[in-house]
Amino acid sequence: MARGGEGAAYPGRVSPFPAQTGVNMVEAGCPPDDGAAGSVTALAVRGLTKTYPGRRARGRSRDQPAVRASDGIALDVHRGEIFGLLGPNGAGKTTLVRQLTGLLRPDEGSVSLLGHDLVRYPRRAPRLLAYLGQDATAIDELTVSLAAETAGRLRGLEAADARRAAHETLDELGLGELAARPLKRLSGGERRLAAVGATLTGERPVLVLDEPTSGMDPVARRAVWSAIDRRRAERGATVVLVTHNVIEAETVLDRVAVLDGGRVIACDTPGGLKSLVGDEVRLDLVWREQPPAADPALARLREDARISGRRWTLRLTPERARAVVTTVTAGPAFGALDDFTLATPSLEDVYLALGGRGEGLVKA
Amino acid sequence: MTATLPAPDRPGADAPAPLAPQARLWPSLAAVYRSQLSRARVARIPLLFVATFQSIGIMILMRGVVDSGPGDEARAVVAGSSVLVVAFVALNLLAQYFGRLRAEGGLDFYATLPVPGAAVALGTAAAYASFTVPGVVVTAVTGCLMYGLPLSGLWLLVAVVPLAGAALAGLGAAVGLLAPRAELATLCGQLGMSAALLLGVLPASRMPEPITWLRDLLPSTYGVEALAQVLGPGADWGSVTANLAVCAAAGALALALATWAYRRAAGR
Repeated sequence: MARGGEGAAYPGRVSPFPAQTGVNMVEAGCPPDDGAAGSVTALAVRGLTKTYPGRRARGRSRDQPAVRASDGIALDVHRGEIFGLLGPNGAGKTTLVRQLTGLLRPDEGSVSLLGHDLVRYPRRAPRLLAYLGQDATAIDELTVSLAAETAGRLRGLEAADARRAAHETLDELGLGELAARPLKRLSGGERRLAAVGATLTGERPVLVLDEPTSGMDPVARRAVWSAIDRRRAERGATVVLVTHNVIEAETVLDRVAVLDGGRVIACDTPGGLKSLVGDEVRLDLVWREQPPAADPALARLREDARISGRRWTLRLTPERARAVVTTVTAGPAFGALDDFTLATPSLEDVYLALGGRGEGLVKA
Repeated sequence: MTATLPAPDRPGADAPAPLAPQARLWPSLAAVYRSQLSRARVARIPLLFVATFQSIGIMILMRGVVDSGPGDEARAVVAGSSVLVVAFVALNLLAQYFGRLRAEGGLDFYATLPVPGAAVALGTAAAYASFTVPGVVVTAVTGCLMYGLPLSGLWLLVAVVPLAGAALAGLGAAVGLLAPRAELATLCGQLGMSAALLLGVLPASRMPEPITWLRDLLPSTYGVEALAQVLGPGADWGSVTANLAVCAAAGALALALATWAYRRAAGR
């Protein structure tokens, strides 16, 4: 879907973060919101900057310019919070979590996790947090139960405790029946679920999860969310997770930082973020073939719509949206209409309204 | 702007949280070893067969030019072919494994667990050395029968496999972890195995002098020498012990190098 014309859909809209300079980006960070005055900060990130050096061309390849993957990121995550990092591929989410987990040294800035300076003492990170990375090569050839048990042992549990913890976690995630199967022989979603199982075996006060539910079916997703929620409810665990799935972000996150080009372009509760785009609603009209050309009302709509194939997307006030729906469904246009949906703003709308330029957000 | 002010009503806001204990060396080494060993069932078995067949194939080829009986050449061929299995699996396959793990980001799994670097490097090396045991035994027994050598000397494999295994697995791990690209790790592993083949299987007495220097640099050589000694009558036990001691020293060095290489690769 082409989203290039998004700017036109918001004529005159003033971004809440107009000048995206490095200085302003600190202000666009994610300090604790007012409603959390009594809460305790689990993770404090300040001025985090990471640039991947460019590469000289070799052979026929082109020069690769240096990439600033984190550009002055500031965040505060409270204890017991489920905090999301939302953005399309290349926004800098994984680079950010790799700095939070001590895997990557930032060029500048500070990371304080539960009172520990992780830039200075990166080896403390594994003693404070459990990390789910995107790659599972290290455990791919183990059985599901041995992967979880090994992770537990390497988190310092005794053999019997690790076995018990692995067993409990796998049951909790509904992986009991797959316990004896090697990860390699499982489907993508099951393998991901097994990797989540390994991450959750052995208690940690902080969980850092890089796209934990990617490739999972709804049952597995629910299992993951309830396991995470249980750790938060029973043990006060803090969760930082990366997602590019806006629906998931809206339903499970307490707060979300929206990343684009290595910067935090907004940070709030999903509801708070949505209020940034005002009360406009989105109306999608999908035509069977061509909309009736002679209809003057449709001609006016066409000017305001973002058109992608047979789909017209309109952003309208609720009153106008109701009027348009009435016109379209009552008039001759209805015969040409295949489908229409009326929706309140999603985080994707927020993302685009904030000037996010990526196109990789998932809406399923 | 930024400071998260620990207000007075936030007890403990600025007191660092307690750290979970570091995993202890031996239990975590055992856990890594066990998990790596279990991989043999899933992924490694075809390659273990290849390692054995390669060595048996070489012995069959050499049988055409080497006489049966406890001569220098027959003993060198059997001992060299047996240790070649160790080189194939511990050096070559382990270099490939760590090269792939590093390239694909698999080391992050261990790097985000509070596990000593030595546990990962040594546990994996030990598992790869263990993978070689069946192949070495099959090769050595087949070789002894094929070349009319006494089976009574094969008990020395109990020392040769772990010591040569430590040296070659340590080197393999170091190569895999230090190579800037996975393909380079594979290439170095293959070259190391070729060296073990050419310098180990052929009798030293037939080699030009510069090649024997190269042979002396290869840790597996000492394992081959020790094993070759006990396959004949009247083994010189002083020489056997000395060869095994060199092998052990090379093994300790190689494992230290592997541990250092792991820390370098897994750290930032």
